[in-house]
Amino acid sequence: MTLGLINANPVVHAKKERVARAEDSHADDAVDALDVFDSVRDIRDPEHPYSLEQLSVLSEESIAVDEKLGRIQITFTPTVQYCSMATVIGLCLRVKLMQCFPPHFKVDINVTPGSHVDEEAGEDRRCPTSETILVDSLGTHKPSCAV
Amino acid sequence: MDKKPSSWISHIEAFVDSSRPPKQQAANVDAIAALVKNDLLTLEALVRDMELYLTTSDHSIRARGILLLAEILNCLMSKPLDGASISSLVEFFTSKLADWQVLRGALIGCLALLRRKKNVGMVKSSEARAVAESYLMNVQVQSLAVHDRKLCFEVLQCLLEVYPEAVEMLGDDLVYGICEAIDEEKDPRCLMLTFHLVEILARVFPDSSGSVASFAGDLFDILSRYFPIYFTHPRSDDLDITREELSMALMHAFCSTPFFEPFAIPLLLEKLSSSLPLAKLDSLKYLNNCIQHYGTDRMIKHAKAIWSNLKDVILNHSPHKTLFSTSELAGNMESEENQIAKEALICLQTAILHLDSLEKNPILSFIVEDEDIEMKFGLVSNEGTGTGISIESRRQLSAVGNILSVSSKASMSGCTRVFQKFFPRLMNILEISASSSSNGCNTNNGTSSLNFGALYLCIQLLASFRELILTSQDFSPQVITVQDGWWCMLQHFSGPLAHALGSALMGARSSELVNNNTGHEHAIYEVKGLQVLATFPGCYLPTSEDVYEYILVIFMSIATERFEDAFLWKLSVKALIEIGSFIEKYHDSYRGISFNRIVVERIVSLFQQDDSTMPLALKLDAISEIGTIGVDYMSRVIKLLEEAILSKFLAVCVEGRLEAAEILVPLLECYSNRVLLWCYTSGNFDEVAMQFALCIWNQMESITIFDKDAKIQDLFDRMMTTMKLLVGGCAEENQSLIVRKAYSVLLSTSFLSEESLPFSSSKLEGLQVTPDFVNLSWRDEWIVSLFASVVIALLPQTPLPDVKLLLNVLTTFLLKGHLPAAQALASMVNKWHVNIDKSEVPNAYTLDEAIEMILERSLLSVQSSSNLGKSDLLNKDERMLSCLCLLNNNSSFQSNAVVGLAWIGKGLLMRGHEKVKEIAMLLLQYLLSNPYKELHSDASGSGDSLDVHTSLATSAADAFHVILSDSEVCLNKNFHAMIRPLYKQRFFSSMMPVLLSSIKQSCSSSMRVALYRAFAHVISDAPLAAVVAEAKKILPSLMDSLAMLSEDVLNKDLIYSLLLVLSGILMDDNGKEAIIENINTVISDLIRLIFYPHMMLVRETAIQCLVAMSALPHARIYPMRPQVLRAVSKALDDRKRVVRQEAVRCRQAWVSMA
Repeated sequence: MTLGLINANPVVHAKKERVARAEDSHADDAVDALDVFDSVRDIRDPEHPYSLEQLSVLSEESIAVDEKLGRIQITFTPTVQYCSMATVIGLCLRVKLMQCFPPHFKVDINVTPGSHVDEEAGEDRRCPTSETILVDSLGTHKPSCAV
Repeated sequence: MDKKPSSWISHIEAFVDSSRPPKQQAANVDAIAALVKNDLLTLEALVRDMELYLTTSDHSIRARGILLLAEILNCLMSKPLDGASISSLVEFFTSKLADWQVLRGALIGCLALLRRKKNVGMVKSSEARAVAESYLMNVQVQSLAVHDRKLCFEVLQCLLEVYPEAVEMLGDDLVYGICEAIDEEKDPRCLMLTFHLVEILARVFPDSSGSVASFAGDLFDILSRYFPIYFTHPRSDDLDITREELSMALMHAFCSTPFFEPFAIPLLLEKLSSSLPLAKLDSLKYLNNCIQHYGTDRMIKHAKAIWSNLKDVILNHSPHKTLFSTSELAGNMESEENQIAKEALICLQTAILHLDSLEKNPILSFIVEDEDIEMKFGLVSNEGTGTGISIESRRQLSAVGNILSVSSKASMSGCTRVFQKFFPRLMNILEISASSSSNGCNTNNGTSSLNFGALYLCIQLLASFRELILTSQDFSPQVITVQDGWWCMLQHFSGPLAHALGSALMGARSSELVNNNTGHEHAIYEVKGLQVLATFPGCYLPTSEDVYEYILVIFMSIATERFEDAFLWKLSVKALIEIGSFIEKYHDSYRGISFNRIVVERIVSLFQQDDSTMPLALKLDAISEIGTIGVDYMSRVIKLLEEAILSKFLAVCVEGRLEAAEILVPLLECYSNRVLLWCYTSGNFDEVAMQFALCIWNQMESITIFDKDAKIQDLFDRMMTTMKLLVGGCAEENQSLIVRKAYSVLLSTSFLSEESLPFSSSKLEGLQVTPDFVNLSWRDEWIVSLFASVVIALLPQTPLPDVKLLLNVLTTFLLKGHLPAAQALASMVNKWHVNIDKSEVPNAYTLDEAIEMILERSLLSVQSSSNLGKSDLLNKDERMLSCLCLLNNNSSFQSNAVVGLAWIGKGLLMRGHEKVKEIAMLLLQYLLSNPYKELHSDASGSGDSLDVHTSLATSAADAFHVILSDSEVCLNKNFHAMIRPLYKQRFFSSMMPVLLSSIKQSCSSSMRVALYRAFAHVISDAPLAAVVAEAKKILPSLMDSLAMLSEDVLNKDLIYSLLLVLSGILMDDNGKEAIIENINTVISDLIRLIFYPHMMLVRETAIQCLVAMSALPHARIYPMRPQVLRAVSKALDDRKRVVRQEAVRCRQAWVSMA
């Protein structure tokens, strides 16, 4: 474990403006990329007091949703290639999506190709102990009931 | 007499005993004071008897004794006392100032004596001086507690204010003493006093050789430590002092004497460059005041420093947004930044006005010769032709514009100098050449867009120049005596400038305007420029007559041709109205003529042509705006509109051209919403409204045909609303004129005029017209509706003609299902005169008779048509019976009668009449009658009869909604209804027990549904506070009704309002207890409603209720957790996004609760 920060000076981007959705009282609102983005954009980075959106780890374009097949696919880009927090970020995303979307959606979380050295290992290399960190980042009230 | 002394001595003893509660002690003081006040006890006797207390060597008793005497004196402020006693008392208290153990009493006593008014005997000035001397010698203010310090300052303040000549002799001693006293003070209450002390002290010693002058440095040193006021006290505190008040008091102290000038100005200028916005703002305010108070001679030497500091502030803090928006919007944004800029400009203006000596205004010279301004001017005026300008240069632009406009607004000389320096250069940049010919529009023909920076500055200059003339005109009629060079220049330039602005405005493509802000900004300033040029007062109009007309023509051509560009259209119409209002305000008849010719006539003729391409809405906009200029214009517009309305009305109703209805509706809308509103505020409503209402009724006489058509219905609704507004706003006598006219038209209806019908007046007494006999034409129905709307809007005191006939007719129509008739009847009973003199009007009904008559009619007629009836009058029980008979009757009158009853009940309830109970019971009877029983006894037509019953029960249930809800259409404040306060609460609390018990007793399910429906209406329409108070009783039934009613789609709105009631209960502490008692049912009902398919709001609110419930005591809700979580995670899959988001929140709340 390194003691210092992995990326001490991240580039901070502006937050995108929140779009108020037009109300259509009759039609059904399908789950779309913006829905997913809205639920995950405010997740705090494990290292910095900025959101994933501000660090440009995520964007609306990096999310794909197929409502018919019930799939959500998120591709995120860690700020540096050696980011050891990539797994934590992936885990955060997964838990948040589990909370916000019905269980029949299949959630795939990947890193952008070429953006991380451990690309092959992927998000599945998570360790159970990271749940406490996770809870802090998600901003839940009591750490004892993470999921 | 012997008893008295002993009784008041006991008061003294009680007061001196410091262990008694303060309230009791105050009562003792009052008791003794009352004795003295009523001359039952003399002051001398009191003092003599208190001697022991006042002189004893026990400190605490002595202190109490003296305090008592002081408090008593405080109560005797308005009782006349002789000079000798005052003298001896003052002497006593003065000497006691030296006795520190009794200081509080001594201070209060001195204060009470010093504050006495002349007419009741006041302290002599030599004695006051003695008090001051003793005070200065003996009292160490800053070593005392807050309360005593405050008393000390009050004594000082009183001495300075009331005995200035006495204390003035103390000179340096006094000033030094005050310095010592106020030094290091920290309590805000005391600070308010100390700041004020300095202020009056300066007044007492105004001389330059006086004591304040010599101590100015020390005094200011004490004051300056507080600047800028840093005050963090929470507002809710009992101190009741805000930062603003403190800051204001300190400011007055700062400005109190010019001797502070050498110390104050450097300090303020230094703080001006502080980074704290609050310090900046305060410095600006203080500086502004100091400039006004210190005098020109002292301030003139600071001119340069003041200018350079102000310049920095203005240049760095000018808002960039004011350019964007129109002026009203800018006013709303009171951000700190804006405030700073605003204060700085005010301060600059003060400086220009006050620092003006020997015809040489240093500040103005600095402005005109300033290099920064020069540079910025060059920079901004050359920047950005058309395309976007950066925010920074926007800021600079507004800063320069504001500085120039403030300096030219300040004085004529300022205006001259600024104008001479900058105006020709601006013209140069805009490529406008001074030419005397008015047709000099040979300027930049190709490129239509003007340089924005130069345009902005130029318009700012012109506008402030115009403002200067307008304000100075009030003082002297001839401002511009000499034909100054710049004036000629303005005259030369104004023509070409107007042409340039006009052609730029006309040249701008509308797509450009729509798509970007730059275009909008250009348009705003071009329009503003033209408007300014056209509104110079009287003889100062720089433009010639034809330029003025050219401007009007430009605006008109935009108004008539460019209507597809809404923004520009609005701007130019607004500019036209401004010009018109200006002419009206300054009575400029000469220009008024051309305005009339070019603008008003044109718009009028445009309005009269039917075939023009301009949309009707815009025409109406334009014409009603024109009306707002003044009374003459409005009366013309009113005439025009009325003519149009009447002719269209004829077209629709007589000639039968239905398509005209589409035009008539917006016409009526414009008339009632804009014109009538304007008349209402300007005060000539009565006349206009009465005339027009009579006109409409005249037309009604002649209408002939109709077939039922949606368009016509729409038109007629509008017509009725307009009529109500017209009548509702009129005074009593005009209302009765209209009613009489309307009544005469009503008599001409076919069913009233034909002899064959039993309505003819001779037979009216005995016979009643039954609805079946009357076959209505559309014309009749219209006339009755319109008549009903007149009745609805009447004042209570307006007399109605032939009440009997009206009741009869309206009741008949009510039974035919005519809603306006029911509402009119309700209005009648609501406003019925109670104190009618029977001898005067023999035929008059009392209210009770009228109600009886209506009820009997409604029930009898139904009964007679069902062949079961009795012919005579019914008593109460029989009436119940007849209402039961309704059940076997399938005529449509039944539900009409119910709706009618509901409205009448509402009218009665609002005025607080007892009969409403009877009506409510009748309605309940409808709900409770069991159709099955009837079915068994009468086998024929079973299915049909059941349907009729359920629909009848439903309308009876809905009647409760009518009774309790507020109506826009009638029975409200605008239509002069009598409204008793809390009538809804009263109805709620009287109905609720009855409804609840009948629900309990009811056996059949259909009856229950109806009852629950009625119950739901009552609790959702009653005020929430009343419902919440009864939460425990109603909650079980509330949950039952939610469950029952959710089975039918038609009830969805009702379900929603029930949920709102439930959430209201959830927010209340008592309500929460009730919820906890029924937690199982509440949760399972809410869970069912999460999946309510018919209405999104219901699902959303149900989930929100569940979120709120997660905060209830953990032990009670924990068992429900799995159940809720399961349901909510299903809701994550809802069709609607809003519901899904609520579900996420709800899930989070219930998950994290464990």
